[in-house]
Order: sequence, then structure tokens, then C-alpha cells
Amino acid sequence: MSKQETRSPLPGIFYRKATPDSPPYKNDGDAVAAGDTIGLIEVMKSFHEVKAEVSGSAIRFVVDNEDAVMAGDVLAEIEG
Amino acid sequence: MTIRSVLVANRGEIAVRIIRAAKALGLRTIQVYSAADADSLAVRLADEAVAIGPAAAKKSYLNIEAIIEAAQKTKAEAVHPGYGFLAENADFADAVVAAGLRFVGPSGASIRLLGDKVAAREAARKAGVPTVPGSDGRVADANAAAAIARGIGFPVMIKAAAGGGGRGIRIIQDAAEFERQFPQASAEAAAAFGDGGLYVEKVIAKARHIEVQILGDGRNFVHCFERECSLQRRRQKVWEEAPAFRLPQAIREKLCASAVALARSVGYVGAGTVEYLYDEQAQDFYFIEVNTRIQVEHPVTEMITGIDLVQEMLKIAGGDPLSVRQEDVAIAGHAIECRINAEDPFKDFQPWPGTVERLVVPDGRHVRFDTMLFEGYAVPPFYDSLLGKLVVHGDTREQCLSRLSDALAGLEIGGIPTTVPLHRALAADPDVATGNVHTRFLEKWLETGLAATSGEKEVAL
Repeated sequence: MSKQETRSPLPGIFYRKATPDSPPYKNDGDAVAAGDTIGLIEVMKSFHEVKAEVSGSAIRFVVDNEDAVMAGDVLAEIEG
Repeated sequence: MTIRSVLVANRGEIAVRIIRAAKALGLRTIQVYSAADADSLAVRLADEAVAIGPAAAKKSYLNIEAIIEAAQKTKAEAVHPGYGFLAENADFADAVVAAGLRFVGPSGASIRLLGDKVAAREAARKAGVPTVPGSDGRVADANAAAAIARGIGFPVMIKAAAGGGGRGIRIIQDAAEFERQFPQASAEAAAAFGDGGLYVEKVIAKARHIEVQILGDGRNFVHCFERECSLQRRRQKVWEEAPAFRLPQAIREKLCASAVALARSVGYVGAGTVEYLYDEQAQDFYFIEVNTRIQVEHPVTEMITGIDLVQEMLKIAGGDPLSVRQEDVAIAGHAIECRINAEDPFKDFQPWPGTVERLVVPDGRHVRFDTMLFEGYAVPPFYDSLLGKLVVHGDTREQCLSRLSDALAGLEIGGIPTTVPLHRALAADPDVATGNVHTRFLEKWLETGLAATSGEKEVAL
């Protein structure tokens, strides 16, 4: 089984849901399609969606909700 | 003053500003910082610094427990919250006091009252301050709201009762749109602010934003005249002036007196700002809200009155009575502040963290640059984009604008894009020079004004 890493395109704060009261975009183990939004990066109060680059049978997040990330950090792994 | 130390519960340029004011008063300064700010100027300048958590503000600058613990550990006697973060959090003010410390600002009860839009509007009305025609308080439901909107006449605004700083506001053009948007606005307010309460207000066309600086010690209350903050983008102030231009003296007196009346009616303690919309044609002003903290743009008031507002806040928190009487406060000349942000004005104001490779700051008697920058400083991506505030004084507005152009030409921040080019263009704009502006002026101007002056840039707006 192949594993693809999804990396943060920007430095900032990573969010797994659209608003504090929303459900997460994806839960660990969810299937994903390329182009699905998997989280948000907040850079100086402006929000950018992070999209999956590949499709896969299961996603596993390696960064927690509201953690600080640098550009290039691995956010999640997607199993093919 | 009964306090000898103050903890700064903030970061960036305002933390530096507070430390300098506190040191000038002989106070010991304690700076709290997140993991992303260990290398900050505020940490370097403070007498002591305490790490309070990771980079995310929620886990550091918004962490009430960690901040109180830092204050107790360092035996701080007062806490200055700056602006943003916990500055208008009534629970924080209460927690600081409950821990036996002084909160540099009003009581939790005052923050709670004035922070609720509806309660604040009611307090303003009772104090005789004109309010914008609209629902007197929260609207009960969509039908009642629609009836009020029809009564006022479209366009109207739907505002979240718990919103602020330009957030939670929608402008509605007609009844059909109102019906569509109202339930969405309520759901969004509930999600964003934990309170779905809404109210409805008339939209004042071509309004100017004018605000009055107040100071109170619980017994005496003064105003330090007004600021003009009409140049805004997405409801965020970009450029501020003091005093407001073309404001008839009789209106100025009424406006400032109304702010003092409101401060007195709630027994205000500390520095605060009463914000108004000004309808220049009708010469009417209307209350918007009260900010129960120091504001970003406070330096323009300091430049024209000579009052150090941050020192005054610290003295009040230390138990001193106000050091100025109303008759001592006078306007001398004119001041303008430009907010320098880490944003690229040629790329839709995309925020851009990075390292400051080169920093050249203009100086002189009439120029002030409040900043946390130094050469080699890496601007973190986790907080707002404000890098500094260039503030210039002149005997007249004309002289002030001319000095501002010189100062902007002498300001160089290398390594990251900033809004300096925007301010250079604004300082040269004929409408800005005549003061022919209102709160929607800048967004329209940006569609053409900046691109026209960006000949040397390869990217158009």
C-alpha cells in the first residue's frame, strides 16, 4: 500500500474544521478524493484551504487541530 | 502610584509600546511570550520574560490561566492587556482582579456592559448619545426584524450582538435579500460568537468614522478630542488622523461631550474610545460602539494633545486620579498614522510573513515609528500582520501630509512586502489631500488608485 504525504503550503495555524463548532473536514480513516478540503491554514488571520492532492482509502492526520505548522510540514498521510 | 510592576499580556508593537511607557514610570516590566515570540523585541526589552505556551494564540496569549500564573510567579502587581487578544475579555479582567492584581483597564462589569452591542447602545441612549436608527436591542425573530427594516428603509445592516471589529455585519439591499440573509446571519453569529443574537440598523451613506478618546478614573472623566478613521479596507482601519478634518467646532464640542457623558454614566476607569458614524451632509453623528481598551491608533491623539495615554492608563490602574483636567486638554496641530502591515498591496493584501533583511526608519521631531521590528527579525505567521505605525505631526494638515510623504520616502523595510507603497500613494492622492473620503472610499480607490501609481511594479492589482 502506498502512502502519500500532504504538506502545508504555508506557515501558520492548522485547523481541521471550518469553524470551532463544525465537524472536522475529515476524520482519521476517512476515504479522500483528490481536491477534497482536509483543513485550513491561518496565516496572519487570513484563511487558506488545504486540499488533498491524491485520492486514497484512508487519511491519517499527523498534526493536531490548532497546531502551528511551518511551510512544508507534513499535515496528513493518505493511503492509496 | 501604588504599583511597582506590570505584566504585558500582549505581543508585537503594542507590547513594546507598553514596556516603554511602564519603564518611563519606573515600573518593573514582565513580558509573557509564546514559543513563536521568544526572539521578540518586547522580550528583549522587558526586565523579565515568561514563556506561556505554544505559538497558537489560543494556547498562549488567550490562555487566561497561564497568564495569571506567570503574573503570580513573577509577583507582578498589574496586567496590561494591550489591544486584541484578551483586552476586551471581561472574564480575564475579573480573573486578574480575583488573583489580587490590578487590571489596566475598566472593570469586568464595564467591559461586559459595553462589549454587548445592544446593552452599549442602550447605555448610550440613556446618556443622551445619538444612536443609529434601528431595532432598539436584539430582534425577537425574522418577522419582527423585517418589519423594523421596512420601517427604517433599505439598505440596512444586520449586526451580530456579540460581534465587533467589523465582524458579524451584513448590508442588505432589499426585503427579499433580508428574508434570505437573516437566518444565515443568525446561524453564523451563533457559530462565530456563541450568541445568535442580532440587531438591525440603518446604513448611513458616505459616512465618516470618527471616534473620541476618553479617560476616566471612576470619578473624573475627560475626552482627548477625536480621531478620523474613515480610510478602511474590509472594515479594518488603514490610516488615521487627529483631529477630524472639516468638523465644525460646535459639532466637535457636542461629539466629545457625548463621549464624556457616556463614560460618566458607567463610571468608566481607564482609557477608552467611543466610536461614531458621522453624516457630514446632515452634520449628524451616531454612536457605534465603545472600545474598552487602548486602540492601535492612539498615537495620533498623543501627538496633538501631548498626553501619554499608555502612561495615563498605568497611573490610573495604580490608583492615581486623572492627571489632566478637561481645560488642560487642547489640540495642537495635526497628526496622521499609517498602519504598516506585512501584506502585499499589489496582491490583494495577501499577508506575508518573513524575515526583515533591512530596516531604515525616518526620524526627526515630528516623526514617530511604533514598531517591534529590527533587522533580522522573523515576522511569525501566527498573529496579525501589523508591523508598525508611522505617525507624523504638522502644524496644519497640509504640513502634516507633506512631512508624511517625506517620512514614507525615508521608511524602508526590506525582505518582506509591506503596505508602505499603499501609503505613499494615498499621501499623494488629491481626494485624501482634500479629505474627500468616507468609510467606503478606500475599497473603491483600490480598484484603480494603486494600480495607477504602481508603474514600477510588474504586477497590477
